[in-house]
Amino acid sequence: MPSICFYFQVHQPYRIKKYSVFDIGNDHDYFKDENLNEKGNKAVMEKVSRKCYLPTNKILLDLIHKHPEFKISYSFSGTALEQMENFAPEVLESFQKLIKTGNVEILSETYYHSLAFFYSDEEFIEQIELHKKKIKELFDYEPKVFRNTELSYNNELATIVERLGYNGILAEGWEHYLGYRSPNFLYRPKGTQKIKLLLKNYKLSDDIAFRFSNKQWKEHPLYVPKFCNWLNSVNGNGNTINLFMDYETFGEHQWEDSGIFDFLYSLPEEILKHPDNNFKTPSELISTYQTVGELDIHNTLTWADTERDLSAWTGNSMQKSSLRKIYEIEEDVINSTDEKLKTDWRKLQTSDHFYYMCTKWFSDGDVHKYFSPYESPYEAFISYMNILNDFRLRLKNS
Amino acid sequence: MKVLMFGWEFPPFNSGGLGTACYGITKALSEKGIEINFVLPRNYKIDEDFLNVISTRLPKIKIKEIDSLLVSYITSENYRRRFLELTKSNIEYNYCDDLIEEVYRYSKIAAEIAAEIDHDIIHVHDWMTFPAGIEAQKISQKPFIAHVHSTEYDRSGGHGLNPYVYQIEKNGINYADNIIAVSNLTKNKIKNGYNENSKRIEVVYNAINVSDFADGKDHSHNFKNYKIVLFLGRLTLHKGPDYFLNAAKKVLEKNDEVLFIISGSGDMDHQIIEQAANLGISDKVLFTGFLRGERLKQIYKMADLYVMPSVSEPFGITSLESLASGTPVMISKQSGASEILNHCLKVDFWDTDEMANKILAVVDNEELKTCLSDNGQNEVSDFKWSNVADKIINIYNKLINSKKIT
Repeated sequence: MPSICFYFQVHQPYRIKKYSVFDIGNDHDYFKDENLNEKGNKAVMEKVSRKCYLPTNKILLDLIHKHPEFKISYSFSGTALEQMENFAPEVLESFQKLIKTGNVEILSETYYHSLAFFYSDEEFIEQIELHKKKIKELFDYEPKVFRNTELSYNNELATIVERLGYNGILAEGWEHYLGYRSPNFLYRPKGTQKIKLLLKNYKLSDDIAFRFSNKQWKEHPLYVPKFCNWLNSVNGNGNTINLFMDYETFGEHQWEDSGIFDFLYSLPEEILKHPDNNFKTPSELISTYQTVGELDIHNTLTWADTERDLSAWTGNSMQKSSLRKIYEIEEDVINSTDEKLKTDWRKLQTSDHFYYMCTKWFSDGDVHKYFSPYESPYEAFISYMNILNDFRLRLKNS
Repeated sequence: MKVLMFGWEFPPFNSGGLGTACYGITKALSEKGIEINFVLPRNYKIDEDFLNVISTRLPKIKIKEIDSLLVSYITSENYRRRFLELTKSNIEYNYCDDLIEEVYRYSKIAAEIAAEIDHDIIHVHDWMTFPAGIEAQKISQKPFIAHVHSTEYDRSGGHGLNPYVYQIEKNGINYADNIIAVSNLTKNKIKNGYNENSKRIEVVYNAINVSDFADGKDHSHNFKNYKIVLFLGRLTLHKGPDYFLNAAKKVLEKNDEVLFIISGSGDMDHQIIEQAANLGISDKVLFTGFLRGERLKQIYKMADLYVMPSVSEPFGITSLESLASGTPVMISKQSGASEILNHCLKVDFWDTDEMANKILAVVDNEELKTCLSDNGQNEVSDFKWSNVADKIINIYNKLINSKKIT
């Protein structure tokens, strides 16, 4: 009897504007977006709200009313929540309504959607705390399950997150580490006592998130009964099917005209037609199912690309250098009494900044380009380093 | 297949990218079995050192020379100067005293050659050879391709368009059976500026033989801590050397450990030297004159960044040469190369603030230089002359077949 567990990632970074060497010392508004035009922070939030957040929230609220058994979970980055408060309060309200139904779990993450875990334990823990406060403030909710930026994961992370009191943690269900084992069970991370590991079923998740509107895909068009057949075939060979994806899948990555909203709307009813199926949130999975074995994931695993590693964020020397430089000033920033300085420093840690500097796919005219506000990874790096230089001047003078 | 080709220049005696492109194209075509008779102007009396070294290296290519005072990239004024110098000497000549007239005299001789040499296609490179192509076509009735590496709009930088040159260009383009443009930028110029049907224009980008630039010696250690930013090209308005200097001034205000090297010669020589002096940066700007061969390879290798700030650049083959040498490039968005290069920095030629911003970013961040260099070198290794030759052979075949039908 497989449970279906949905987790949607809701994230928007504070994109930095085009920032010249001649702005250093003169302009400290790194995230004010007049120069980014349609890719500016406010404009993106408004566009994604219209195309994705508002219509999808409405569908999910309807579904919960229609099927009280329907459950979902979200992870919100703090930077996305702040921008909703500032640019799209109606979106925040609609999320609050969803949470109030009681059918929705909120997961924990780093407030700034950062890679802090890999550079500073103190900063990593601080950002989880900041996130916890924000979730409490906006939703009156306390997360019990953790997921790290880009689903990045390794044994050490699980150990620390367990120590912080979380019951569960999420990761990619990649066969490279699973071997013959299935992602459709719960596992115990190596080196931990109690915490349970939930694995993304990436094949079924990506059928929706990546392939849904791909006309070259042999299963296109994907209709609900076909997808449910695939889900049902797990029956007897798994406890849960974890469908983890970016929330922007609905309406933004897969456009409305692909039929993605109709698909989402009809999915729960079709799933519930099979008497063995049900919906569970991550916490419910953890309290329902036992782990079936230990999983040893020594190297960092993520949900990105075919490499499933951090190379899209840390693969080239521009990324390595800018990450090193933002974290090497940690002590001075923390010791500073200037709160604006601290906040700016943290906004500059958001993983997207380093993703925009990725050169892996740049020649291919790949989809990754669509999401970058910069003309090239080099432009992204140049603006970031100029800002960092301005930031260091402010730090020195503070 | 036999091609009768007309050009202005051929390495090692070239003064610009046209010669480089003609060499790359003819060599790759000859390697695919195409026989080429390459006709170009040559003045026996002035250019004494011109030796026919090419034909021994490329057996399927025969170089034919027509005695003429024409040289590549020449303007009417410079032609006039060249002619007057000749009249002062005791040399006998039968050249015309005017550039345009000389081009037409040249085309009559070309027609004689067309009658003598067996060929299936006439393929000509840039305006000076267009009348020759037309005359040759009248004799042999073979398909005529006008290959446009630059237009009068580019060369004049948008100012002082020479109406006679423009007219020759327009006649050739409209008369040709097919036009090859080195970029979409050029294709659009041909379409809009010469009132040509875009369906008759094929874009074939230039290429590079990366290994030609792999072995240049790096002498940058001679400059100690100084970073080197290179300009390389003819010193004419359309190459934007003046923008380069204005950007240099802005860079030096932030970081004075940068040297700016200007390689090339042209009609702006004096103006540029004067401009550097007026900006007060003469001590940071070095002039090398025109470079070729080993010197050219070395200068690319020495530089930390190559800047091509062209006001109007149909392609810009030097950007590929620099990347092949492992030196990152910043190119103007108003260039054909920017249509195919991703791993480089791009600027508007007039935006000297942004140019300075990017130059400073490269000289201050070794990581940026490394990424641009590694990825850029990798990217240009896919731009092969043999692919260019395949595209051109396709055009040859298409034209030959359609001529047979009609």
